[in-house]
Amino acid sequence: MPVKVMIPSPLRPYAGKRDSAEFSAGTVGEALGHLTTEFAELRKHLFTEDGKLRSFVNVYVNDEDIRYLAKENTPTKDGDTISIIPSIAGGVTFSGAVAVPGRAALNFARNLWSLIVPPRRIGI
Amino acid sequence: MADAAALWISGSLAEKIRAHGAETYPHECCGALLGRDSSAVLESDHGKGALTLAREILQLFPLVNRRDDSPRNRFSVTAEDVLTAEKAARQQGLEVVGWYHSHPDHPARPSEYDRDHAWPWYSYIIVSVQNGAPQDMTSWRLNDDRAEFSPEGIEIRHRAAVSATGFSTTEK
Repeated sequence: MPVKVMIPSPLRPYAGKRDSAEFSAGTVGEALGHLTTEFAELRKHLFTEDGKLRSFVNVYVNDEDIRYLAKENTPTKDGDTISIIPSIAGGVTFSGAVAVPGRAALNFARNLWSLIVPPRRIGI
Repeated sequence: MADAAALWISGSLAEKIRAHGAETYPHECCGALLGRDSSAVLESDHGKGALTLAREILQLFPLVNRRDDSPRNRFSVTAEDVLTAEKAARQQGLEVVGWYHSHPDHPARPSEYDRDHAWPWYSYIIVSVQNGAPQDMTSWRLNDDRAEFSPEGIEIRHRAAVSATGFSTTEK
């Protein structure tokens, strides 16, 4: 019996809308490798460009967080369930940097500028 | 991917998000958006053939911001909280379709930090809270390539205009 990988809702569009997939794998890393080979679009959402699991991607083998086991080297055996559980984070950047499309960013910059630069005085 | 995305929410739920932002000010608030994601692609109201993906929010699941170290400019929802929210959604026949948080004394625009930590597919509602008073509220979805967010139009709809089992395409 292979290892079952549970896919969270936000990643299902990149995994053929499936909520799970099964692979033969001896470690968590191997299972995730199979998963991202079969569904290549998943890779950038799970891993950073240098191949590390993103900080907000939590992986459990059965009920155990792999951070407290051997991380991606955590061994798996047939019948195990690997769950990918999101954690959610965000917040303002004090520099005012934004991550929106060009026009919206431009409008935002204009608004910001109008806050920084007081309106010109009109002559009395 | 559709040309545009729309998020349907009742006025009272939208007001609850704004009130949560005011309540936790000057700290960031956060919570889960429980609802339904329509697989149907709806015609736009303008009849120009543009397509809209609609999603409706039916419940909120307010959460405690876990970032004790910098709650004024960061929020965090743990994996355990995510599982709790998902369980609450399932019990009501819904799913977690997104998250909301506030930007105290900052615009309702996603930051680079928001983008770097975002998941695709989810709706991210941001409410700006200026000097304790809630202001603009916007919603965003991360693009497939993770490079930026796209704005998602928030449509305030009376609950009665949304059918119990799905979406009404005729009423506003």
